[in-house]
Amino acid sequence: MFDSLSERLGNILDKLRKRGALSEADVGEALREVRVALLEADVALPVVKDFISAVKERAVGAEVLRSVTPGQMVVKIVHDHLVEMLGPEESHVNLAGTPPVAILMVGLQGSGKTTTSAKLGLRLKNRDKKKVLMASLDVYRPAAQQQLAVLGEQTEIATLPAVLGEQPLAIAKRAMTTARREGVDVVILDTAGRLHIDEEMMAEARAVKKAAKPTETLLVADAMTGQDAVNMAKEFNEKVGITGIALTRVDGDSRGGAALSMRAVTGCPIKLMGVGEKLDEIESFHGERIAGRILGMGDVIGLVEKAAETIEKEDAEKMTAKMLKGKFTLEDMSVQLSQLRKMGSLDGLLGMIPGISKMKKEIAEANIDDKMIARQQAIIQSMTPEERRNAKVLNGSRRRRIAAGSGGTVQDVNRLLKQYKQMAGMMKKMGKRGKKGMGRGGMQGMMPPPGFPR
Amino acid sequence: MKGWFNRLKDGLSRSSTKLKSGVGGLLTKRKLDDETLEALEEVLIASDLGVSCAAKLAQALANKRFGTEVPELEARAVLAEAAAEILAPVAKPFTVDGAHKPHVALVCGVNGSGKTTTIGKMAKQLGDDGLSVMIAACDTFRAAAVEQLAKWAERAGCPMVSGAPGADAAGLAFEALEKAKAEGVDVLMIDTAGRLHNKTGLMEELQKMVRVLKKLDPAAPHDCLLVLEATVGQNAHNQVETFKEMVDVSGLIMTKLDGAAKGGVVVALAERFGLPMHAVGVGEALEDLRPFDAHVFARSLMGLED
Repeated sequence: MFDSLSERLGNILDKLRKRGALSEADVGEALREVRVALLEADVALPVVKDFISAVKERAVGAEVLRSVTPGQMVVKIVHDHLVEMLGPEESHVNLAGTPPVAILMVGLQGSGKTTTSAKLGLRLKNRDKKKVLMASLDVYRPAAQQQLAVLGEQTEIATLPAVLGEQPLAIAKRAMTTARREGVDVVILDTAGRLHIDEEMMAEARAVKKAAKPTETLLVADAMTGQDAVNMAKEFNEKVGITGIALTRVDGDSRGGAALSMRAVTGCPIKLMGVGEKLDEIESFHGERIAGRILGMGDVIGLVEKAAETIEKEDAEKMTAKMLKGKFTLEDMSVQLSQLRKMGSLDGLLGMIPGISKMKKEIAEANIDDKMIARQQAIIQSMTPEERRNAKVLNGSRRRRIAAGSGGTVQDVNRLLKQYKQMAGMMKKMGKRGKKGMGRGGMQGMMPPPGFPR
Repeated sequence: MKGWFNRLKDGLSRSSTKLKSGVGGLLTKRKLDDETLEALEEVLIASDLGVSCAAKLAQALANKRFGTEVPELEARAVLAEAAAEILAPVAKPFTVDGAHKPHVALVCGVNGSGKTTTIGKMAKQLGDDGLSVMIAACDTFRAAAVEQLAKWAERAGCPMVSGAPGADAAGLAFEALEKAKAEGVDVLMIDTAGRLHNKTGLMEELQKMVRVLKKLDPAAPHDCLLVLEATVGQNAHNQVETFKEMVDVSGLIMTKLDGAAKGGVVVALAERFGLPMHAVGVGEALEDLRPFDAHVFARSLMGLED
């Protein structure tokens, strides 16, 4: 039901492709679907309306380039506008000022302020070589101060010792004095979660801000937030005044429309994204990626980056040389499978690939999972070096031995060999095409074809 | 102290102000035609009901009143009725089956949804009902989660089983159930670490907890509660779908309804999954967890007095 976004966009694309020229009616129809798509992605209604009218203006009368179909053109305009609205890449956390500078973290309950505080602290400490002090101003939630203290220990960042009964404003002041005395560069003030309709609590945040004079006031918000994101961000901006947004739980499978809503209504850039449970899993904001997610087009950039990070260059070069010769052995296949496993869970990877939501069902049926790759590797590892280099020698008795050795059946071995042959064939073709096709073909070769049985 | 209905209504009326003025503005002015209906649908969408559910409710209104002049209040009442009709079958309070000793309730959900707070409140209320409650602090991952739960356990006056940070959650759950059985406790509430439903490894860890519990009591956990927060958008669908598939969720609890967020997605969830809605959280105090009432929720959502 909620994967229909990319399907819908795909359908629009197909329809427009068939029709050829781009007309106003086409744009209108496409944008109605885009509207639903954005709403299903939790983009707030007023923001959706502005977005659609702006895109319409740009799309109607836009010249369709010869090289693209009208459908691609519309999608491109939608995508470009979305990226533009989401703001520039890598909006840095502002630390300009006489040290110690303060960073104030605000947000609703459970949005991830404390974890984000520690992640940001670790990033400032490691990347920017800053001396950081963290202070918890949350005197309401049980053990909140303790939570920050534990995170401080884990990240080896100093935290302000809690004093029983001290109020948030006093804690903030003490944090700044301590920081000044100890030559700290950045003080991260982690506040209690508060509802934006709670006037008393908003006044408290305002008072803390006035006292600490932070260079950044970051609104920490959950990427899964629904329509209320727009009101929430607006209220925090009006009542406390924010300078940026930290989006958390971006590693979930929400479409993250809240990012667009908050960006549009506050005008504040999204500066950070939390992308995992580990404390180093925080990243600069990438408008392109979030745009792709909101539109259900996958996180291509993330995938490419991840691939570049994990696949060793030498391995890749060796592989290229082999492919150019048209040789691809079971050993090479095993190397590829290892690389695939290194890149993380297949689920996460598949989520990054555009259009994959269209195939999700097939993938589920094919039962492609991390374990399958492990099993395939086990089969290859049960072969002798000779067999791995020359698959032709694999007769029935050898296959039975390999099956027994890898704890599977002969059918499993046969399936693997069939897949190997497909991949080898692909590699051969690519070798003929030359080096140019390496990047894409390499990835394709690594992915088992859809519908491949386990 | 305010009654719970007033608390809920306060929260909801704040949230439904926009909805109210939206619907009111629409209907006092003109006849119920296509354009009005579309605008009406949008107002419902803004409360997180979701596109298709909003369309369905608007259609219910259209079927009864299309082309006629509809006073604002009546339109709202029809919408509330339609929503309540969907919600009524799922409004089932959390009950403890006395046949199980203990009745095991596993509480799960994504990070920051309010699991620990909800368990604290539930333990207190169950205790007040005369049941003996034990809490298992199986969130061994998040920093100070155990300490947070310990404070709640202290307030609720019930024993808590905990382990070292980073300890195996399933092992701890097993230990807790063993202990609860030995002591003849009525209810065992198990807190779990927040986890995003798309993290296969973490979801498997949760499945392992269930598996391990079954070794001591094949029927356990007797309840698997999924905690959702009211601010959540359409991702709630994915959450319920995945948690249900992985650990057979038996009921839902919605937290943070005292905010401005409407939690309208509950209507769509009720329609799609039909899972019992046990309770709503409407504040930070111990008594701020209340049974879910479809009628009140729907009427309040539409900005109507009960």
